[in-house]
Amino acid sequence: MASTLAEWRNKSICVVTSDGRIILGELVGHDQVQNLILKDAQERVYTDNSPPETVELGLYVIRGDNVCMIADYNAKLWDNDSSSIVGPLPPIQQQEKI
Amino acid sequence: STVNKLEGFCLASRRRAELLGVYRGREYFHAMIFLSFFKTLVGKEIAVELKNDVVLTGTLHSVDQYLNVKLLNVKIINPEKYPQLVALQNCFVRGSVVRYIQIPPELVDTELLQDAARKENAPAK
Repeated sequence: MASTLAEWRNKSICVVTSDGRIILGELVGHDQVQNLILKDAQERVYTDNSPPETVELGLYVIRGDNVCMIADYNAKLWDNDSSSIVGPLPPIQQQEKI
Repeated sequence: STVNKLEGFCLASRRRAELLGVYRGREYFHAMIFLSFFKTLVGKEIAVELKNDVVLTGTLHSVDQYLNVKLLNVKIINPEKYPQLVALQNCFVRGSVVRYIQIPPELVDTELLQDAARKENAPAK
């Protein structure tokens, strides 16, 4: 049972990276290790001090190592003009030394 | 019947490992016990906790050899904490970022799974 990204080819998807960034874009290409090519990519930047902003990035290649989640989304539910302040997503913590 | 499926998968994966040959007495991920186990959970509702502390629940659509997981109709637990993710519908989670997968206990024959895992990790034949 293959868990592939093929069904999201040419669809708008949201990529969460391991450093906690959220990048939206159209999935143009991918491979088995989740290296991605996104067209018309935009980053939704969430900071602790100001409302969310969208930064245009254009054509983006994301190395699969850094990919955390890939999802499709309901654009209506995406809070595009939110004025509330929301902090960034936490980054991926690998093994913590105890 | 979920239990029978798991048993079937365990036997099949064991047999497959034998056919593939054991790497000097130590099997790597050829036996795929956990892959087989997750395949029995396809269609069920599970929760996935990631290493960035985000918890998602959803219906398991598919799983692969890296334990990458695809969930349908995801919900974020704690949407107040992570409102950025509320709009997500179907989600592919990379296996390397999963911390836990939470499963309803009635879907698991724990003894069978433990037994199979013990046998896989038994010393070289």
